[in-house]
Amino acid sequence: MYMFKYVLKRLGLLIMTFAIIMLMCFVLIKLLPIVVPIVQGQDAMITYRQLEARGYICNLVIEGNTVVGFDYVPIMQQLGTYLQRIFLHGDFGIGVSLPEYRNQPVWDVFVEKLPPTVLINVYSSLIGVPIGLGLGIFAALKKNKWQDQVINVVVILLISLPSMVLGLVIQYVFCFRLGWFPLTMKSGYDYFSWDMFVSMLPAVFSLCLGSIAGYTRLTRAELSEVLTGEYMLLARTKGLTKGQATLRHALRNSMVPIFPSILSEFVAVLSGSLIIEAMFSIPGVGGLYLDSITYQDYDFFMLLSGFYTLVGLLAGIVVDISYGFIDPRIRMGAK
Amino acid sequence: MTYENIPKEKFEFAGERDVSHDKKLATKPRSYFRDALSRFAKNKGSIVGAVIICCLVLFALIAPLCTQYSVAYRDSYYTTTLPKAHLFENTSFWDGCEVKEAGKTSFMYYLAMGQETGHNAVKNQQYSYDADADLYTFRLDSYHKIGMIYKAFLADEYEALQTYQTDTGKQVIYPTVPVGSRPKAQQDKNNANYYFQTSGTTKTNIVYGEDGNVIPVYATTAEKGSDGYHSLRIEGEDGFTGTDGETLYYSYARRTSSGYECRINYYEYYIYNHTCVLQDGITEPYFPFGTTGMGQDILTCLASGARFSFLFAIAVAAVNLVVGAIYGAIEGYYGGKIDLVMERISDILSAVPTMIVITLLKLHMGGSSQILVLFIAFFLTGWIGMAASTRMQFYRYKNQEYILAARTLGARDRRVIWKHIFPNAIGTLITGCALIIPSMIYSETSLSYLGIINLSSGNITSVGTLIAAGQSSLATAPFITMFPSVFLILLMLSFNLFGNGLRDAFNPTLRGTEG
Repeated sequence: MYMFKYVLKRLGLLIMTFAIIMLMCFVLIKLLPIVVPIVQGQDAMITYRQLEARGYICNLVIEGNTVVGFDYVPIMQQLGTYLQRIFLHGDFGIGVSLPEYRNQPVWDVFVEKLPPTVLINVYSSLIGVPIGLGLGIFAALKKNKWQDQVINVVVILLISLPSMVLGLVIQYVFCFRLGWFPLTMKSGYDYFSWDMFVSMLPAVFSLCLGSIAGYTRLTRAELSEVLTGEYMLLARTKGLTKGQATLRHALRNSMVPIFPSILSEFVAVLSGSLIIEAMFSIPGVGGLYLDSITYQDYDFFMLLSGFYTLVGLLAGIVVDISYGFIDPRIRMGAK
Repeated sequence: MTYENIPKEKFEFAGERDVSHDKKLATKPRSYFRDALSRFAKNKGSIVGAVIICCLVLFALIAPLCTQYSVAYRDSYYTTTLPKAHLFENTSFWDGCEVKEAGKTSFMYYLAMGQETGHNAVKNQQYSYDADADLYTFRLDSYHKIGMIYKAFLADEYEALQTYQTDTGKQVIYPTVPVGSRPKAQQDKNNANYYFQTSGTTKTNIVYGEDGNVIPVYATTAEKGSDGYHSLRIEGEDGFTGTDGETLYYSYARRTSSGYECRINYYEYYIYNHTCVLQDGITEPYFPFGTTGMGQDILTCLASGARFSFLFAIAVAAVNLVVGAIYGAIEGYYGGKIDLVMERISDILSAVPTMIVITLLKLHMGGSSQILVLFIAFFLTGWIGMAASTRMQFYRYKNQEYILAARTLGARDRRVIWKHIFPNAIGTLITGCALIIPSMIYSETSLSYLGIINLSSGNITSVGTLIAAGQSSLATAPFITMFPSVFLILLMLSFNLFGNGLRDAFNPTLRGTEG
């Protein structure tokens, strides 16, 4: 029951934080002048009618074929319209200035762009988690021996290596010099074909090497602390072999802080791959976000900002809540 | 008062042993910082980190003073020039040359440059020939491979250049080539390196002489004009006999509507232009780290970018430290409702992705400088960490007995906060500062890389801008990205080592928990 209350409380806080951030975003964006490109030779009237239809302006005064004057709709009223559209019709707006997606529903484009981003992160986790955990366990068991030292050095190196540099090195060595992979991701929508998988690999490696290092460091620290516990000695005294004791007692206990960090990393990495996406020209959400900034397409910007903010918030809450589920001893929110 | 009944001699002075109950400490007391310092000095990794940081800072401070270039320097011919160091000039490493394999036409094109001017595009005019594949292998000098260019001069500029030639004895202008003998294809039309006989429709197939070398076709005139000067390398400067028995002179310039069009050696002209015309302190083309695709000197740009990054990061860290410390102190000391409200505010601020902050700021402050935008953005999101760690320390110490004692003695809130509790948080704050600097440089680099902010304007550039600019030519000129990347790696690595060492030194209890 405590747990349930705690989760509800955290969710409530999350929604509140999210709402405040989005409100600030919305107001700040609507304070900016409207950027609506007038296509060459297009009737100015059409543009103004479009703006009117999107709820930016009202009271259009037209004389003959030209617009004489108009009023801006108050921002709070615009917000009302915006929310109404989202909740009643699922309409997040329409692309305005991004040439590629002009007059297309923002949500549809977003959904179309989601698979590459998600896939890359899923692959990266699938590769990164086992290797990271394995190396961490190995290092903890061999603590202070040469194997541990080597792993430590590699981990420090990988953690310090900025993902940008890592990406560049991978791109130069594997894609350009050795020619094992294509330089950028294959275009098309056949996300599960072999060619597509291969073309995604450089980006996946660039993403997962950093998280491998992170997992290794965490696992090593946690496991080596647990291994020195008294109950480990007891387990050995009872007659368990070292392997059995490690697997059944130490590893399980060390998972308490590790598992939440895997979950949060998985969520957080969704927002951390902007650079990698740009570098390997992955047709994902990151590229769309950057484009929406460059072209000042505010509907796209609002939706994607919401996405990234939500991802960040979720990553934080997942850690705290999952602690309670993994370890029955931890009672979140108990007095 | 006097004691009459006790004789005076019974009195004796109280010995020191009766007065002082405390034993004097045999050793000197160690301050917290001295203790931390000694712990820090024992950690090899962090010492290495500190040394590397010092080297990087020194590089950022000294290198811009040592190079002859400025960030604003650009050259349209010396682009993606390879790194070269005078020390390694005679080796085949870091000598500004690249190994090139080429067929005969392409190879002779480069070899002929050196034959005419003595500025060898083919390093030392040495090459190896593979008869099976009909390929020449040679080291192409990227400082001389530009060779000749056609350049228009005004009459007085032309005279000045001639004076320079006479004074220094360096030949800049070479005999021009008749328009009819120049290549025909659009892309080669103004290529001044074709000074030899060519054939074919595009006039780019080299005609070889009997000795296997190219045959020069220079423009000639019947009379020795006032444009003449002491030629240094070309034979027959004082006239030579033509096929019909008349005396001919080489023509060094082609008259155009506004002056002269000359065929000049760009390497020599570069030296002349920078030492005599522009007088900007550049003595010769010499780029220890090479140049970018825009012709900027990478060493200068990297060092200036590094200096900017350091200064910027320190400034932001200082502001964050002050604001975070005050905010965290108030939160932690007063607790209760104040804490709750302030904590919510910082929670919300910390949940906003930096990207969104920067984008919104940039859109709203479009006119002002991007550095200011970045500064405000980093400030808005950066102080929260500082505030959180200060707050934690305050919660830890504010209920301890010595605080109660201080308060009982009548210390005010302000005194208790700054004199008694805050010093406990300094260690964590310093560590936080040390770790915030690389993360700031890293964010700045990624933001410049993504093109969201552009700090390169005028005399300012940043490491991220350099990396982003180099990526487009990663395949052909990897060194452009290599130098900034290496700098970035060293920086992140050393700050990580240094920061970990600091944390262990200030908080020995935390050792090992974070690796």
